[in-house]
Amino acid sequence: MSLVNYATREITCKIVYYGPGRSGKTTNLHYIYGQVPEDRKGKMVSLATQTDRTLFFDFLPLDLGTISGFTTKFQLYTVPGQVYYATTRKLVLQGADGVVFVADSQAHQLEENIESLQDLHANLADQGIDARAMPIVLQYNKQDLPRELILGSQMLSESLNFRDVPEFAADALHGPGVFESLRSIAELVLKRLSGGASAPPPMAAAAR
Amino acid sequence: MHIDSKLRFDNFVVGSANRLAAAAARAVAEAPGAVYNPLFVYSGSGLGKTHLMSAIGNFVVQRKGRSAVLVSLDELVDELHEAMAAGTTDHLLQRYMQVGVLLIDDVQFLTGQRETQTELLRIFNALQADGRQIVITSDRPLSDIADVDERLITRLAGGLIVDIGAPDYETRMAILNATCQERGVKFRPGVVEELGRIEFENVRELQGALHRLIAHQTLGGEMLTPDMVVAVLGEIAEKRPRATPPRVSGEFASFLTEIASAVAQHVEQWKTRLSEAIDYWNGEGYQTGMLTRVLQGAVAPKSLEALLREFEGSVTRLRDVERQVVRLDAALAKHDAFRDPDRTDEAEQLLERALRLSSPPPGPSAAFTRAGFEVGGSNQLAVRAADAIVAVPAGRYNPLFIHGPSGVGKTHLLNAIGNGLASECGSGAVACVPAQLFVDELISALQEGNVERWRQRYRNAAALLLDDVQFVAEKERTQEELFHVFNALYADGKQLVLASDRPPRELSGLEERLRSRFEGGLVVSMQSPDRPLRERLFARYLRDLGIEPTAEMLGFLSERQVASVREIIGIANRIVASAEVAAVPVTIGFIRAELEPDDADPARAVAFRAATDPFFLDREKVVWQWADPGARLIEELR
Repeated sequence: MSLVNYATREITCKIVYYGPGRSGKTTNLHYIYGQVPEDRKGKMVSLATQTDRTLFFDFLPLDLGTISGFTTKFQLYTVPGQVYYATTRKLVLQGADGVVFVADSQAHQLEENIESLQDLHANLADQGIDARAMPIVLQYNKQDLPRELILGSQMLSESLNFRDVPEFAADALHGPGVFESLRSIAELVLKRLSGGASAPPPMAAAAR
Repeated sequence: MHIDSKLRFDNFVVGSANRLAAAAARAVAEAPGAVYNPLFVYSGSGLGKTHLMSAIGNFVVQRKGRSAVLVSLDELVDELHEAMAAGTTDHLLQRYMQVGVLLIDDVQFLTGQRETQTELLRIFNALQADGRQIVITSDRPLSDIADVDERLITRLAGGLIVDIGAPDYETRMAILNATCQERGVKFRPGVVEELGRIEFENVRELQGALHRLIAHQTLGGEMLTPDMVVAVLGEIAEKRPRATPPRVSGEFASFLTEIASAVAQHVEQWKTRLSEAIDYWNGEGYQTGMLTRVLQGAVAPKSLEALLREFEGSVTRLRDVERQVVRLDAALAKHDAFRDPDRTDEAEQLLERALRLSSPPPGPSAAFTRAGFEVGGSNQLAVRAADAIVAVPAGRYNPLFIHGPSGVGKTHLLNAIGNGLASECGSGAVACVPAQLFVDELISALQEGNVERWRQRYRNAAALLLDDVQFVAEKERTQEELFHVFNALYADGKQLVLASDRPPRELSGLEERLRSRFEGGLVVSMQSPDRPLRERLFARYLRDLGIEPTAEMLGFLSERQVASVREIIGIANRIVASAEVAAVPVTIGFIRAELEPDDADPARAVAFRAATDPFFLDREKVVWQWADPGARLIEELR
């Protein structure tokens, strides 16, 4: 998707919240939605099942107003985490400018986190995108749970952050780490503007 | 009033209360006369009406190259009164008709001024009919302006009426921040916000309050705190209600601040500027590939200003080329090449081609002037008609058909008419061409497939003067083309003059439709010169050759029957050349002897031949006393 349109003076960023099922991606969006003033609030679209699981995807448009003469809009998406929604994840990932990977800090979820991260890399590769060139931040959610149930940030980082991307401990339900993650991914995405590229380069180009 | 160059769109703070007015003003500035005409903006005092009007004026002058005039109603009324008193209201109207955008401030004062309203209505009608933009402001809605002519109300309401409300909290904050930035003033956190909460009714009061705070802080040498704001402002703040600033979550506000900073840091300003230029030129109907390529590149141009200047220069050149080409060939108007600076070379080639193909038809020869044409009884009718044509082209005598035997001065008179017409409308515009050349050009055009261009050359002429029309007889295609050219020029009120050795009715092989047209104006004949004219002509040509003729000489010469002026010139040349060859002065005796061959001696006979044959004019080539006169041999002695 076009990140910066100098002709219409619009900046549009598509940010995808990725991660295993029940890791807290939709919760991130709900928290952000709750903090946005009424006049800037778009309609959050959430296609969920009766048990509150994301069926297709969540979509939160954020109109940040005019910044430096550019109408700036962020579009936040989540993907369904369940393994059997692989096709949907691929679709939502298309045209993403940045990814917030929401990991579940619970110790028993480590395997799912790793699988989901591998799934992200595989889906990016399928789309011809070098994951190393895609802005990604890691968020270790549910850090508010009792210590005995979760892995610490350090341990999660060792297991998941092999690319040394920005990482944040978070409690999406109550807010800590949510905006830090969003701010970080937004800055990474905007930094790409300096290079003039409007989408992550294909793998071949990045490899050179 | 004048348009303040500091009041522009880029420093007009847009908020919810003025968004519609700002958008409408912008639309009007982008396309004057095309949308919202007239634009009626009303609001209380100090809310930005004049700023918006000035912004429109500055925009159309700087970006659209059109003129704009800003007047208050008072000024306009004064002008109207002066014009009415002097009886020059039409002149005033004409002056305003030159204006691209007319901006009138404070029309609420129209109340009761019936005569002014009538004149104003007249000006509005004329301007709108001519596609010129009108923008009007008032401090109240149209319906609240009492005692205004219903027709004027209808006219004013016919475009778009928008109002500007009092600024809301966000707009007040934006205005305050912009003013602080402009003046380089910094307050402690919360001071500006506290001022922004006070619900001032207009921007002037708001800025006045800010200036007071600035002055207090600057002069007092003490940084103001938020709780000092109301105390410093005193009454003007105490009586005003306070707005509760919208609650923005601390997290979201901080997020916004950081994103704004990131955007400002990463958005490349040169690209922004370039994209604005692209928008503008696209709006003007020009292709912007040259700029788009730079925009799409990752590297900033060495000098953006130079790039934009180069582009503008190309557009200026294209406009100039298009203007020239369209004058030569209207069919090329709107050619894509004139809208694309990348295709400037192609546009130049079009111009070159149009110039080549559309060079004007031959004009009159400068050698044949009216002053050099001798008038006598045998040609005076034709000359009077010629003079009338030059005085009033395409008036009473159109076409003028001049006929007469060869050598009586038809060509001279035709060219003299052409020169007279050309002095009025430019030499390139008058076509004066022998019919034979007309035919030859047509044949060439047919061979090259350029008949339409050839036609256009003649149809563009301001007048057509065709000599020796008898040469078009029997030439069907030429007559066909001449018929259409004739009709086109005649219909356009252009003068036509034709010359022939016989009158139209005697031109065999001439189509009836042409004959009838040739006879439709004035057909005049030029006869062989009569005696008084012959005398004047002999006197003139002998003097031209350096001989001062005596009355006796002129009496003798003018008695001779000559058929044409050309023959008179021939006789004069012959006399003078013979005298030179014989090395004797020109006397009446010499002339008599010269022109009466029976009395001439052999030497004079040779001299006569020498005078009539240009070859003999070079003495070095003549052997006078050759051994065998029966076999005279002439050879080159050099």
